[in-house]
Amino acid sequence: MTALTPPLLELRDVHKSFAAVHALRGVSLELHAGEVHGLAGENGAGKSTVVRVIGGEHRPDAGEVLVDGEPVHFSGPRDAQQAGIAVIHQEPTQFPDLTVAENVFMGRQPLRSFRRIDRAAMNRRAAELFDSLGVPIDPGRITRGLSIADQQIIEIGKALSADARIIVMDEPTAALSTVEAERLFRVAERLASNGAALLFISHRLEEMYEICQRVTVLRDGSLVTSSAMDSISRDELVRSMVGRSVEQLYPERAADAGDEALVVTGLRRAGVFADVSFSVRRGEIVGLAGLVGSGRSEVARAIFGVDALEAGTVMVGGRRLPGGDPRAAIEAGVAMVPEDRREQGLILDLSIERNATLPRLGAVARWGLVRRSAERALASTWADRLGVKRRRVTDPVATLSGGNQQKVVLGKWLATEPVVLIVDEPTRGIDIGAKVEVHALLSELAASGIAVLMISSELPEVLGMADRVLVMHEGRLTAELSKEEATEEKVLQAATGGTE
Amino acid sequence: MATVANAPKDPFGTFTAPKGSFRAVHTRRKGCGVIKPSAKESAFAGRELGIVVALVAVVGAATIARPSFLSGQGIHDLFLNASIIGLLAIGQALLVITRNIDLSVGSVMGLSAYLSGQLFLVDKDLPVIVVVLAGIALGAVCGAINGALVAIAKVPALVVTLGTLYVFRGIDYAWASGTETTQINAYQMPQGFLSLGSGSILGIPHLTLITLVVLAITAYGLHNLRAGRELYAIGSNPDAARLAGIPTGRRVFSAFVISGALVGLGGVLHAAYFGTINASVGTGRELAVVAAVVVGGVAIFGGSGTVLGAALGALLLTTITSALPILGVPAFWQRAVDGAALLVAISLDRAFMVRLAERLRAERAVRRAG
Repeated sequence: MTALTPPLLELRDVHKSFAAVHALRGVSLELHAGEVHGLAGENGAGKSTVVRVIGGEHRPDAGEVLVDGEPVHFSGPRDAQQAGIAVIHQEPTQFPDLTVAENVFMGRQPLRSFRRIDRAAMNRRAAELFDSLGVPIDPGRITRGLSIADQQIIEIGKALSADARIIVMDEPTAALSTVEAERLFRVAERLASNGAALLFISHRLEEMYEICQRVTVLRDGSLVTSSAMDSISRDELVRSMVGRSVEQLYPERAADAGDEALVVTGLRRAGVFADVSFSVRRGEIVGLAGLVGSGRSEVARAIFGVDALEAGTVMVGGRRLPGGDPRAAIEAGVAMVPEDRREQGLILDLSIERNATLPRLGAVARWGLVRRSAERALASTWADRLGVKRRRVTDPVATLSGGNQQKVVLGKWLATEPVVLIVDEPTRGIDIGAKVEVHALLSELAASGIAVLMISSELPEVLGMADRVLVMHEGRLTAELSKEEATEEKVLQAATGGTE
Repeated sequence: MATVANAPKDPFGTFTAPKGSFRAVHTRRKGCGVIKPSAKESAFAGRELGIVVALVAVVGAATIARPSFLSGQGIHDLFLNASIIGLLAIGQALLVITRNIDLSVGSVMGLSAYLSGQLFLVDKDLPVIVVVLAGIALGAVCGAINGALVAIAKVPALVVTLGTLYVFRGIDYAWASGTETTQINAYQMPQGFLSLGSGSILGIPHLTLITLVVLAITAYGLHNLRAGRELYAIGSNPDAARLAGIPTGRRVFSAFVISGALVGLGGVLHAAYFGTINASVGTGRELAVVAAVVVGGVAIFGGSGTVLGAALGALLLTTITSALPILGVPAFWQRAVDGAALLVAISLDRAFMVRLAERLRAERAVRRAG
């Protein structure tokens, strides 16, 4: 059947650039009815751009998108939806002020006479939808405050209610527990068996092997390979994604742990995390793993003092931090590189030097005035040490690539000469070359005696970098594994609350 | 494709939840979260109720000080005073719900009021309805200009309407100084037009009736039409609204046009009610309107609130203004009291949001533990 009928959706030699970044270079892809198609690749490989092109958010610079063998030109998400495409985004996109049912049916609400919205029918259909998914969410409550897993279910409900026949799932399982993910797979299989075409993106390769029939691998915006799932081995898949053997991504380093630099005991914040106790020694990299929403970043924010604590103590170098006071944390020698560098780590419109010296203005100021020459010297020193590729230190940070932006954030904090460095998702969204450099840098910093706490959603990164791995699930530490003990399976099991 | 199109609407009729499903959790959740399903509705009912309570308190205090405050005539006056500002607040609420704002309403109202006077100077026998429609049309055009700059040129509404506030007022002054009559008085307007402003039916002023009709229509549309819900969606999460395929630009543009039309109508009614028009009509009204909307519980960052709340907010603020002299508060305190009401309203909103966030977090904690 698939050989005769055209694919439901096809990309032909699609190119897409954003300013200097060539995000897609000639990507082709075929989605057939009844098939779950995996899309694999490292962060920054171009998967999200493919998703946006299919979803009508981006127009390709060159190449064609075909639906049912006919070329289409989407001028916006609505066109894509009308063509039967539904995109379930990595970050759920809800209307927090509206009810669950309204979120599901927005723009497609069932109507009564005079084009009035039939609220009763809408709530009933939403309830039926969630029942069929096995997650009865109250359709009448507002969406604000729902867990990411629940929000994801709403997104899936949206796609189902729109009778979409081409469904793109961008890392839908990133925040789901094993049970929830399994349930999602059953739903996906059922959709496929009803004749829909699915594009499934995941970082967990075993999931791909479980539900995908075909897989396409992207690397640096280019198509590397596309093959039947059962004819590609796991090793081949990883190699085609990474483009080099995995060992090269992570530096060799001998852990030479010193005194305990950071000791936290009994941290608690109601509904977010509880009973979190651990320590990080000088010279050690400790990985903090867990699913999105498990409370990792929140723990980091609490240690740094951005969020207040309800119970527990944070000790840095033997001194207790007052809590809820980032300034005191900085003075005690804690530095934090936040999860979202664009939102929290950088002021994009300011120059590299301004960004780099922000936490250290005292050192470059005299009589309360910032001395430009001292500022420039300090910024240049760090930019050179970190290998930030830039034209001038006076250029706005926005002009740098993701990897180089991340280096500026690191440099900014390293200029404070910290004892404890907390990095949250240090390599999210940066290319592989820059990733290797960031890893080398972190490893160098640990070797110089800094205690590094690294939060990462990328398991290989945690396993490759960390001397010890802490795993969180639903706000609690569920495992502490040494480098030798830590395997992908063990970490995932602890992260999803599995007990077997 | 055909297979999918013909597939039953619910492809999961026989789908059974996996073992250890969430069904159990759900029943428990239902049990503990009786308040939850109506979290939103109850919040707003609470807000409108709160304004009514504040109204009763203000009216009560004023009535004790002067019993005639609550006489038939007194109530008549309270509603009359609130009618035009209420009309403007309804329009403004539509915009604030979409995370926009219109600061040019005072100037647009001035233009429209001046236009009605000028039309009668040209031809005193002009039918009243023609003048009303002309005022509405002028307001809609001004709204369209604002809307186009915001929705198409993507300039923030705050900046656009701050600019048009001055531009429209400037046009008003230029127009007035270009004609020999800078002030138009009641004797220059037909009796039929003036009675639109001062008359009443069954004791209810025309102005109040008009505002109530507009209120009913907009409230109904916001609640029951897709386009109405989409305004909330746009204000709640603009990016998600675009992803959901909502034509956000068109909706925001329409909201500006509707709001502008209501302001235009407000200008005509102002002319009919006061009977004296010069180029400074409506100066400074924008702040009172925004204050009414915020006091009425429309979130300034969009996504929630009702036009009923906005209209009640206008009624509360104008009632406070009427009550102050009776309560012995000097008139010059009036602005300060308006401001205080605004701050109280915003503080209450903030406190409510914090409490809601805590409750939702606690609920999640219960679910996790359970």
